[in-house]
Amino acid sequence: MISHLETVEFCLSNGLKVLVRPVHSAPVATCWVWYRVGSRNEIPGRTGISHWVEHMMFKGTPAFPKGSIMRLINKNGGQINGFTSEDYTAYFETLPADRIDLALRIEADRMANSVFDPAEVEAERTVIISERQGNENFPEFLLNEEVVALAFRAHPYRHQVIGWKEDLRRITRDELWTHYRTYYGPHNAVLVVVGDISPPAVQKRVEELFSAIPAGDPPPPVIASEPPQMSERRVVVRRPGTAQYFLAAFHVPEARHPDSFPLLVLEAVLSGASPMSMTGGATATHRSARLYRVLVETDLAVRAGCDYSFNLDPGLFLFSATVRDGRSLAEVEAAMWKQIELLQHEPVSVEELQKAQKQARAQFAYALESVTNQGFWLGLMEMVDTYKSFESLLDKLAAVTPADVQRVAQTYLTETNRTVGWFVPTDHREA
Amino acid sequence: MGVYLSPSPNEHAPIGPHTIRHFTLTNGIRVVVQENHTSPSAVICGHLWAGNVSDPPEKVGLADFTAAAVRRGSTTRTYQEINELVESVGASVFFDAGRRLTRFGGKSLAEDLTLLVDVLADLLLHPSFPPQEIEKLRGQALTHLKELEDDTRHLADREFRRLLYQDHPYGWPVEGTLESIPLIQRNDLVTFYQTHYRPEGAVIVVTGDVSAETVAELLEKHLGSWRGDPSYAAVAAEMPPVSAPQDARRSVRVLSNKTQVDIVFGTVGLPRTAPDFYAARVADTILGHMGLMGRLGDTVRDQLGLAYYVYSTLEAGLGPGPWSVSAGVAPEHVEQAIDAITAEIVRMRDQLVSEQELEDAQDYLTGTLPLRLETNEGITATLLNMELYGLGDDYIIRYPSIIRSVTRDEIQAVVRKYLDVERFALAVAGPYQM
Repeated sequence: MISHLETVEFCLSNGLKVLVRPVHSAPVATCWVWYRVGSRNEIPGRTGISHWVEHMMFKGTPAFPKGSIMRLINKNGGQINGFTSEDYTAYFETLPADRIDLALRIEADRMANSVFDPAEVEAERTVIISERQGNENFPEFLLNEEVVALAFRAHPYRHQVIGWKEDLRRITRDELWTHYRTYYGPHNAVLVVVGDISPPAVQKRVEELFSAIPAGDPPPPVIASEPPQMSERRVVVRRPGTAQYFLAAFHVPEARHPDSFPLLVLEAVLSGASPMSMTGGATATHRSARLYRVLVETDLAVRAGCDYSFNLDPGLFLFSATVRDGRSLAEVEAAMWKQIELLQHEPVSVEELQKAQKQARAQFAYALESVTNQGFWLGLMEMVDTYKSFESLLDKLAAVTPADVQRVAQTYLTETNRTVGWFVPTDHREA
Repeated sequence: MGVYLSPSPNEHAPIGPHTIRHFTLTNGIRVVVQENHTSPSAVICGHLWAGNVSDPPEKVGLADFTAAAVRRGSTTRTYQEINELVESVGASVFFDAGRRLTRFGGKSLAEDLTLLVDVLADLLLHPSFPPQEIEKLRGQALTHLKELEDDTRHLADREFRRLLYQDHPYGWPVEGTLESIPLIQRNDLVTFYQTHYRPEGAVIVVTGDVSAETVAELLEKHLGSWRGDPSYAAVAAEMPPVSAPQDARRSVRVLSNKTQVDIVFGTVGLPRTAPDFYAARVADTILGHMGLMGRLGDTVRDQLGLAYYVYSTLEAGLGPGPWSVSAGVAPEHVEQAIDAITAEIVRMRDQLVSEQELEDAQDYLTGTLPLRLETNEGITATLLNMELYGLGDDYIIRYPSIIRSVTRDEIQAVVRKYLDVERFALAVAGPYQM
């Protein structure tokens, strides 16, 4: 279904890479700018700085003063947002297609002209600390932060995107400004436009708006790489709470690695093909998958699943569960390991593999309904690999064999490669 | 000043009387179909008159429990068989109880719609309420309710509703309580099902890569002969009248181990069918949505830096839902944030909004319509609401002029009528002592 859709690719002389895909199913269009910067690019003492810069990008430019960016997009019937991950920072506007020029003008302008007013930086410091405190209210966030920090010793994936609170209290306006100047520019960005548009018209307009923005120096590369893990690591988070949570993390390769597609199938076999929607309407297909059957159906847990995400550098394959009241973390953990052993000893059946592939085909079709989702996937895949991987996603999944799935389970889901976290409520009494 | 980059601004026909198809099944179920051939999927969603307001007070959560239990197997298929059947084609089915209605439906590739309808109808008509599944659900519900006791945002919401509606059913938690869930027996679920799951008043909407006639035939075949249990008369839940608070009601739930405080402040608003609903929608957009969370976002988040989130919610349904403001703030900023929120409401009460603000909000509400109708889910949700509130098939076409007709005076009037800063409910949850 995607084969007849084409993505037009071009590059401006200042280095800006542009992907344009016409989709005429609804009179809407989406504009995305992706910067190759995230928490991965942060050094100790400045954690959270990429996310903070993202917040500052909504504070305006001389041409689009404070408050006007979101208001203008809304006034034109659009939605706008931004988010920061380990590997990238992305901004998007989705609008009625005849208004998409506004998004291009805003993105071209704030690529170079964002104002970092010291008073605004200070106001935003409170907002960001408040965002972090909101996260801290959730036991799952605290557990994830501990497990990830333990799993990585050398690589900057060890800290959360939001950053450590101590750094958020300290980071200065000038550091934010330097971060912006270093990483924001056509040389480090990808522009994606999808929707009811004409590619030549978009190309002409992109050239008019973005060509004059000077390319900066290449940003410093991330040189740290994670040494192989030599033994299991464990952490127990004891805090007030009402439920027990389990989280285990295994080091796995980056998106570009050939094993990433077998890992995606492994994830689908264990907890259903992930919904590919970033805008809601997600369809969960996990209740017939292995982890739900052996953990939830058996009354050990009320939620159980796993998660593999595409990353630029080697990342983590996560297993998580919420323990059912009256059961124990040890029981849940034992059941998880048993499932992993099963995958290592017996290849998955052809039927199970075909089911995972059909689920992926359906999720892919659902995702294509929204131009915003298409822009998201094209950009995300371009950040961690190439956008062409999105277009060939179903073919690559179809090529995965039961032996591939067994091999990646044997290679990566090992005892020495895992970090295990338990969240134990302090007022909890063992059943 | 914009440049048109779109080749076909007028090619997309709006959804209206000429595209929306209506059918009535033999048993009276109303069916609405919107064909949409831009993607190979289909969405189905319907509602029944079975909701939280019909729960016996000591067994609050019964409607929600029943919806979850109906999903757990039919007389001919186990829960596990249904999951396998549906998920092996990447489809999904759901049953969800709300305050007045239970919604059901699913999504699949269009090629699998027959399977989806077969499963949904099987569950609707022949649920088996397996005892072991009921106990699984009970255990999951109780663990979930315990988790919610640790969730400051949820606690603030729940306490706000309870304060606002007091003993009225609109104040009851849909998901039940740690006390009520253990009391619900299998027999309660079966009786609730027999009493409230019936074709009378039911509506089903289907959107997607389908033919309207084929969908109507498919639904007739699977659901047309459904009669509901004749020994149980259809019970329309009679709602006692709702009154707005006559005083200032406050509650604080202290969770000292948390780092952020969540706040909900507000009053009783209006039903969706109230004549001043559209004025309230525009007012709410200006107060807490437009741009970065409206005027509230401008002052409380942006100028004062007090909160990561602050927004308003106008929940207008079959009855008068709450009109409220929610915020997440640091413990030391609670009073300041509440003062800033009330100051913004007072400003809307005492001064007309500017012409520019009104125009911006109208542009936003009318302009986002294409985005809301982009996906099959979006179209289905809109059509279901049009049926529920009797808005008419031309509603989407009329909507811009309805919004454009709202005036500044009407906005001030609706704020004055409903948003009272002397009489309200305020719930606070987190590391905070009043």
